[in-house]
Amino acid sequence: MFSRTVFSRSILRQTAAAVARPTAAPTPAFRPFLLTASQIRLLSDQTRQAIDKAVGSAPVVLFMKGTPETPQCGFSRASIQILGLQGVDPNKFAAFNVLEDPELRQGIKEYSDWPTIPQLYVDKEFIGGCDIIVSMHQNGELAKLLDEKKVLATEAEAEGEEKKE
Amino acid sequence: MLRRSVLGLLSRAPRYYTTMASSSTPMQDAIREKITEALKPSTLEIHNDSHLHAHHSAMRGVTSTETHFRLVITSEAFRSKMQPARHRMVYGLLKDEMAKEGGIHALQLRTMTPEEEERRKAQEQS
Repeated sequence: MFSRTVFSRSILRQTAAAVARPTAAPTPAFRPFLLTASQIRLLSDQTRQAIDKAVGSAPVVLFMKGTPETPQCGFSRASIQILGLQGVDPNKFAAFNVLEDPELRQGIKEYSDWPTIPQLYVDKEFIGGCDIIVSMHQNGELAKLLDEKKVLATEAEAEGEEKKE
Repeated sequence: MLRRSVLGLLSRAPRYYTTMASSSTPMQDAIREKITEALKPSTLEIHNDSHLHAHHSAMRGVTSTETHFRLVITSEAFRSKMQPARHRMVYGLLKDEMAKEGGIHALQLRTMTPEEEERRKAQEQS
C-alpha cells in the first residue's frame, strides 16, 4: 500500500478562503472516462491492487510529484492549487507522492494509460492531467463535477475552520 | 540564443526542415512529423519551453534542450472525443519520444476541433 499524504488544511485555507469558487458555467454534462481491460497491462496484480486501493482511498485523489505542501513540479503545484481554489474538502481528498515510490510512479502511468504526472481521479474515475484540470477549472466543468460528487467543503465548514485560526 | 528566439518562426518552417540530416531540433521535428501525418492538423503550434525548466532538479544531468514542449493542435480528428481521449491520441503518437531516456519530460497539450478554435478566437477578441 502506498503512503498517503493528507491534504493540508492550511494549504486549503490559504487558497480556498481567499478566492471565491467559480460558479459552474452552463457546459455540457461531464461524461466520465472509463478504463478498458486492454489498457491495464504489464502491471503486476499486486501493484494494480495497491493502486486500486490508492484510487479508492478518497473521493478525490491526486497522484503528484511532491506533497501538497511542497510540490516538486510546477504542474503538480498548479493542480493542487486548483483543487484548493475549488474548495475540495480535505477530508475527502488524498494525495500520493509518486517520487516516494518508483513502483507507483511507473505503475500509475500504465494503470491510467497516461504517461505524465499529475493525474486526478474523482470517485475512482480518471479525470485527466494538469492541462485538463486547468481547462476544466476555467470553463466551469470542474466546479460542476466536484459539486455533483459532493466533495466540496460546505460554506459553514469553511467558515468554522476560518474562525479556529 | 538566436535559435530559441526564432522558435516561433521555425515552428512554421517548411517541411524540408524536418528531413535535414543533422537537425538541431530532432525532437521538435519528430513531433511535427508524427502529428502532421496522423492528425492532419489545421493548426499546429510547437513551443519548446525547455529553457524555462532547465534548472529543475529532475533535469539534472540532462543535456537535451528539447525536454519540455507545449503543443496547440487543432484537428478534425478530435471531433466527438473528450479531452482525455484526445490527449491519449497525442501521447500515443509520441510514445517513443516520451519513453526515451532524456526524451520529452513534459508535454502540455491544448487540443481543439476547428469549431472550438473559432470559438476560442472569438472569445479572445471580445
